[in-house]
Amino acid sequence: MRVLAAMSGGVDSAVAAALAVDAGHEVTGVHLALSPDRQTLRSGARGCCSVEDAHDARRVADELGIPFYVWDLADRFREDVVDDFVAEYAAGRTPNPCLRCNEKIKFSAVLGRAQALGFDAVVTGHHARLSDGQLRRSVDAAKDQSYVLGVLRPDQLASAMFPLGSMTKDRVREIAAERGFAVASKPDSHDICFIPDGDTRGFLARTLGSRPGPVVDAATGATVGEHDGTYGFTVGQRKGLGITVGDQRPRYVLGIEPVSRTVTIGTQDLAGIGEVRTGVPTWTGPAPAMPFAAQVQLRAHAVPVACEVAPGANGGLRITLAEEQRGVAPGQSAVLYEPDAQRGDRVLGQATVETPCEREETVRH
Amino acid sequence: MTYLDHAATTPVLPEVLAAMAEQLGRVGNASSLHASGRAARRSAEQSRERLAEALGARPSEVLFTGGGTESDNLAVKGLFWARRQADSRRRRIVVSPAEHHAVLDSVEWLAKHDGADVTWLPVEPTGRVTPVALAEALGDGRDVAVASVMWANNEIGTVSDIAALAEVAREVGVPLHTDAVQAVGQVPVDFAASGADALTMTGHKLGGPMGAGALLLRREAECTPLLHGGGQERDVRSGTLDVAAIVGLAVATVAAVGSREERAARVADLRGRLVDGVVDQVPDVQLNGAPLDDRIASGPGRLPGNAHLSFPGAEGDALLMLLDARGIECSTGSACSAGVARPSHVLLATGADTDRARSSLRFSLGHTSTDDDVEALLEVIGPVVERARRAGMNRR
Repeated sequence: MRVLAAMSGGVDSAVAAALAVDAGHEVTGVHLALSPDRQTLRSGARGCCSVEDAHDARRVADELGIPFYVWDLADRFREDVVDDFVAEYAAGRTPNPCLRCNEKIKFSAVLGRAQALGFDAVVTGHHARLSDGQLRRSVDAAKDQSYVLGVLRPDQLASAMFPLGSMTKDRVREIAAERGFAVASKPDSHDICFIPDGDTRGFLARTLGSRPGPVVDAATGATVGEHDGTYGFTVGQRKGLGITVGDQRPRYVLGIEPVSRTVTIGTQDLAGIGEVRTGVPTWTGPAPAMPFAAQVQLRAHAVPVACEVAPGANGGLRITLAEEQRGVAPGQSAVLYEPDAQRGDRVLGQATVETPCEREETVRH
Repeated sequence: MTYLDHAATTPVLPEVLAAMAEQLGRVGNASSLHASGRAARRSAEQSRERLAEALGARPSEVLFTGGGTESDNLAVKGLFWARRQADSRRRRIVVSPAEHHAVLDSVEWLAKHDGADVTWLPVEPTGRVTPVALAEALGDGRDVAVASVMWANNEIGTVSDIAALAEVAREVGVPLHTDAVQAVGQVPVDFAASGADALTMTGHKLGGPMGAGALLLRREAECTPLLHGGGQERDVRSGTLDVAAIVGLAVATVAAVGSREERAARVADLRGRLVDGVVDQVPDVQLNGAPLDDRIASGPGRLPGNAHLSFPGAEGDALLMLLDARGIECSTGSACSAGVARPSHVLLATGADTDRARSSLRFSLGHTSTDDDVEALLEVIGPVVERARRAGMNRR
């Protein structure tokens, strides 16, 4: 097959490209330039869009003897990922930009362009298993990235290749070292690539400016403090509230109301969520028959919980959780899995959390 | 492999390779006083004389440098600094926006860090700078430190009439620098006859080695050094002479200038067939720059090997990738160090819109080009353009 390897300059995508070459595909490497003002050198362990990262990717491509190009998708990335990220926070929600990037950039803009140019598939270094159109968790549970791929539709998955899903991250680094790739020991990238200093709150403050509002205690309805912008908070957050309420018990963010800019906080007993209502779901395969039992993961790196999924309002889902969860924020993605210890939990699909609520009825099973 | 990127770099001539290999086998620092040093110096100075003769300069006007970028930096910054030192009112630089980045970025650096004021020259739709435009921009010239206009454009191949421009500059006492990297060996270049005060040339565009070039600098021109040290090159440029590279540079220059007329005619003929063949298959293709048969007072108005074409609805970097996959090597013009394609600043300077600039490719022919190269391109260009158009402009 003619395969386009998306190469960030990191070790994962380098090994993924190498494995695609080994598999006999005709591989072309592409580095995506996503940042409008690219740094010359990478700063810290974050980001993947510096000129140095492009150089690292090119070094690997040259070693593999494959063509390599840089595609400038900075405009698309800003519109579809960064602007969306800012708008979501401004609306009191907590988005996942990596998921949005996979949905709109890697497996839409890039894949579409690749197909138009005659490529059959896009290969990436994501840690997830994909075979027969079924997307599953990586064998390396700690590195599993199936959550941020949960938004992909069958047609996108049909043209995707994830060669790393069946191996651990340690093995990926071993392969890179065996091949003499300089990126073998390059640190993993963390956090959000377009916020290289890792200070999300600072980034939002610079972008959105000061938007003060009250912090209200849920139990009493009393205003217990002020804040500079709701974007500094995420539902479920406990640390960094900077507010002490009389009884000294820890408080959690329970809700964010963007119009009045009210942040509501409350004690742990109020923070639990028993049911999640979502927007319109996407499915990785045929839509399952409702209702059905599944596991749901409510944010990246969260522990999945058993749930029952039923139709909700306006084409969305109503997901009833077997155990109450904290930190379920609107805007996050609820990714549904079918547990499978043998072959890896299978991703069924996902939907964006609209309203987390207290449990209205007891879960039946 | 079909190599249609001679303007990026062109194959080293066999006689250059032989001369350099011979020189590299000899010990000797051209600044040393002993026999080995004298032998090295003799080689370097013979090369200086040969290069000077080939380009209509005096040997003392040849400063060997590390290539075109260094020569451009030295001329722009060095002339600016020296002229302003002599008269603090001279802070203006008059320059064309279609220059190579080695000139543009030097000018912009001076503007940002050293108090220079920049006057951008208007360019014609062909990319040419006219004497009238230069005269207007210079005014009485009293506040101008230096003017810089390239002899031939590296992207679209347009040749400007440097002699006419230098005359205008001379009338108001302003030194003119010209970047002739693409011109030497392609069109007639005579430094003395041109009247320019400084001229940049480099080796690897004419069959010589990379990393070796020269700045031709009039004896009376004051130029502040960029590199300080041993003062090897007229105290304007320091650094141990790279004798093997200098020998290679001179051999290549003499050969390229000597064979220019015959080669230019042959290459222009191939280029004409290339453009006609592309037009046959892609009727709406647009030729950028001057007409193929354009003439100016000093000779051809366009480099003989340059075909710069825009393919409406297709992206240059998509075209380049598809051609590369089929063994055809060409260029999209400007690329930054990370390889991100940007719309060509040259085309934008000529008044082209962003889409036209983004949809362009440069094919450049040279001394090893053959009919087969042109045929190879014409075999694939139709389907390649069609496919690139399907992929569309990658922006909304």
